[in-house]
Amino acid sequence: MATATAPGAPRTALGKAAVELDERLIVAGPLRRTLHKVFPDHWSFLLGEIALYSFVVLLLTGTYLTFFFQGSMTEVVYEGSYAPLRGVEMSVAYASTLDLSFDVRGGLVVRQIHHWSALLFVAAIVVHLMRIFFTGAFRRPRETNWLIGIALLVLALVEGFAGYSMPDDLLSGTGLRIASAIMLAIPVVGTWVHFAVFGGDYVGELIVGRLYIAHVLLIPAIMLGLIALHLLILVKQKHTQFPGAGRTEHNVVGVRMFPTFAVKSTGLFFVVFAVCAALGGAVQINPVWLWGPYDPAKVSAASQPDWYIMFLDGSTRLFPAWDINLPGDYTIPALFWPTLVLPGIIFTLMALYPVLERVLTGDTASHHLLQRPRDVPVRTSLGAMSIAFYVVLLLSGANDVIAEKFDISLNAMTWAGRLGLILLPAAAYVLTYRVCLGLQKHDREVLEHGIETGVIRRLPNGEFIEVHQPLGPVDAHGHGQLAYGGAPVPKRMNQVGGARRAIRGFFTPIEEPIRVELEQREESRGLATAEEGGRELTSAGRPTEGGRPSEGGRPSEGGRPSEGGRPQEPRD
Amino acid sequence: MSTTNQQSDAPHPGTAGAAPRRSRWGRRPADGTPAAAARARLRSRRRRRLGNVAGLLAGLILTGALYSALAPAHAADSSADADTESAVEAGEELYTRSCITCHGENLEGVNNRGPSLIGVGEAAVYFQVHTGRMPLVRQEADAPDKPVVFSDEEIDQLGAYIQANGGGPTLPSGDLRDGDLAEGGELFRLNCASCHNFVGQGGALSSGKAAPSLEASNDLEIYTAMLSGPENMPVFGDNQITPEEKRAIINYVQTIKGAGDPGGAGIGRLGPAPEGLVIWVVGVAATLFGVYWIGTKA
Repeated sequence: MATATAPGAPRTALGKAAVELDERLIVAGPLRRTLHKVFPDHWSFLLGEIALYSFVVLLLTGTYLTFFFQGSMTEVVYEGSYAPLRGVEMSVAYASTLDLSFDVRGGLVVRQIHHWSALLFVAAIVVHLMRIFFTGAFRRPRETNWLIGIALLVLALVEGFAGYSMPDDLLSGTGLRIASAIMLAIPVVGTWVHFAVFGGDYVGELIVGRLYIAHVLLIPAIMLGLIALHLLILVKQKHTQFPGAGRTEHNVVGVRMFPTFAVKSTGLFFVVFAVCAALGGAVQINPVWLWGPYDPAKVSAASQPDWYIMFLDGSTRLFPAWDINLPGDYTIPALFWPTLVLPGIIFTLMALYPVLERVLTGDTASHHLLQRPRDVPVRTSLGAMSIAFYVVLLLSGANDVIAEKFDISLNAMTWAGRLGLILLPAAAYVLTYRVCLGLQKHDREVLEHGIETGVIRRLPNGEFIEVHQPLGPVDAHGHGQLAYGGAPVPKRMNQVGGARRAIRGFFTPIEEPIRVELEQREESRGLATAEEGGRELTSAGRPTEGGRPSEGGRPSEGGRPSEGGRPQEPRD
Repeated sequence: MSTTNQQSDAPHPGTAGAAPRRSRWGRRPADGTPAAAARARLRSRRRRRLGNVAGLLAGLILTGALYSALAPAHAADSSADADTESAVEAGEELYTRSCITCHGENLEGVNNRGPSLIGVGEAAVYFQVHTGRMPLVRQEADAPDKPVVFSDEEIDQLGAYIQANGGGPTLPSGDLRDGDLAEGGELFRLNCASCHNFVGQGGALSSGKAAPSLEASNDLEIYTAMLSGPENMPVFGDNQITPEEKRAIINYVQTIKGAGDPGGAGIGRLGPAPEGLVIWVVGVAATLFGVYWIGTKA
């Protein structure tokens, strides 16, 4: 490659320039590897990218906002263009937020895009996390990336809190007062922590400046580093994938980074940006001018934190007012338990979950194939349980708004939250567990008996039988011999070519029905097609010992995370 | 009465204006026909009636002029007194019909039903009745606002009755928004926002009670609420929040209510709770749709 005479040497100017570049930087190899990286083609692998791209939107809009926002608590008298606050004393931070909203060109819309994308960022992290959790993508060797993800989630919460506390309005100041109380509630060191953070008693004159630098530099820098690490580890370890035809523990089936995935991903970036921009342009968020400047003497009804902190507000509202008074004038305030102990437990359990599962199931193997949630009922049910617990806390964080709007007693809301916090997770666990088993059973039933064709046949002796389409070879009793491979099992005839497949097209049909019909008629009908369909959709199409599918459906086996859905080498 | 009847009767047989219009269409019958004779009779009867009306009017005007000239000088005052008296009487009438069950025969209240109304003043009456809270449908955590039952006149009469029996805060007069906007905002956030929310959206209180939204409140309702402290609301007397400050608060509340939302849809102006709902129902749903759309393309 280095000499011009070598065979295959580039002749175009661009090619020669590329060679010159490569001679100096030696990038061709790594670049080719990168461009050829394969991404799985399942849509759920794009969930993390929503978070990534909303982070990009946050960086872009946030940079614009820093041109105008001043993180200072110096008192000024507002003389800007918002009449209802003219002449009111406020901090420079709040005044500059008002100026940003009313007097800076495009300031309000950028502020709103920034805030909406912040809400979307955390929401996308949560959705991404749920996908990782429910499919078992955190298992060995990806525990590190799981930990980084949890760290990113926690940092996102802190970053968001710092961000919406900076404008020093009455709503955020109320939140900051609660944060200060939480710090004071830490036993033994609380006062010192508070003094360290606020530089004295609440509220002082430092906190907004500190939040500002944490919000625009410290935390984003750490997050950026962790995101880079998250992605590097992802590239190094390669993606997981759902089990299916041709998918093994040793390959990744999907599309290459370039050009297909790059186009998809760019498209997604614009979708995310469009959603944030549409919300920012059309829906008002955090109208700080309505809240007024912060003043410790004032507090408003319906003061909530942003949704991602709301679960802590909820836990505080639900927890009984149990102060623990120790001898010698020591008190552990009730606030300590719902705002420090509870999130401490939640995030520790989350971070340690891969380890806990590994220890409890004894499954220490490396996994690159994902599990369907139904195949791991215990984990799925634990997840549903956690979601139920979280949603109760979340709704309780807004229980006064719900009480007021729906004309329910606030006390009733509080008690419903307390009872719901205990009862609903249990109910969610049981329900999810049963649903998982039911779905498993149905998969295995289809594998054993075939797809319901909807055809009822009457035999000469008068007996009616329901005709099933087997998915593969059958044994002497007519029972299918395919093992469950952890992949979706076709359950309708058109999924195995028994009926015309669905017309493609998302909004409108992009192909003519008659062509599809003809195309399908050309293919041979019957068992051959069905077999092909079965092979395509289960991993191996490998016949196993009779009775295996029904055994696998036993809760005692399917209930263990390591057991169900393992696509290879059934233990029996 | 008779005059109005006469006048209203008059147009029926065909007014003076209508006759020539008919003639224009050439349908008027020739003179000397029976129809023409009938019309002539009609016209003379009309003339007679008009004459009667004019005479009656002249008589009435004369009487009125004579009365005003000859009547005692303090006639106006005594008529106002008579008005108040009649209002109090009418108010009592309304009271005995609609309020007496819970507030008692002598406004002293009925145990476990309704409080005494002695000294609450017409301000309390105006607030309670004009917002439809009274008359109460049933005893519950607090009285919800409903479509108003009494007319403004009846509310004045009830107020007069209550005012006449024990006194109390009266209705203010003048421009109720005559106050400093920014000062009103500060006072509102200090005194009102803790229950009614930053922007008067209302808020929940304990045990099913609630501070109502100020969305539908008029100036006088807000003023009288501050003055009378209905239900769970404290009384903000004039020595606590001066009348000028009350007007400033009303100015702020009503200005904020009337002001548009520069940022787009207001989504209830309730801050993070509806915002969280929107991000999940709209934002996450839209991006998930995008992901599914892009992700399922080959």
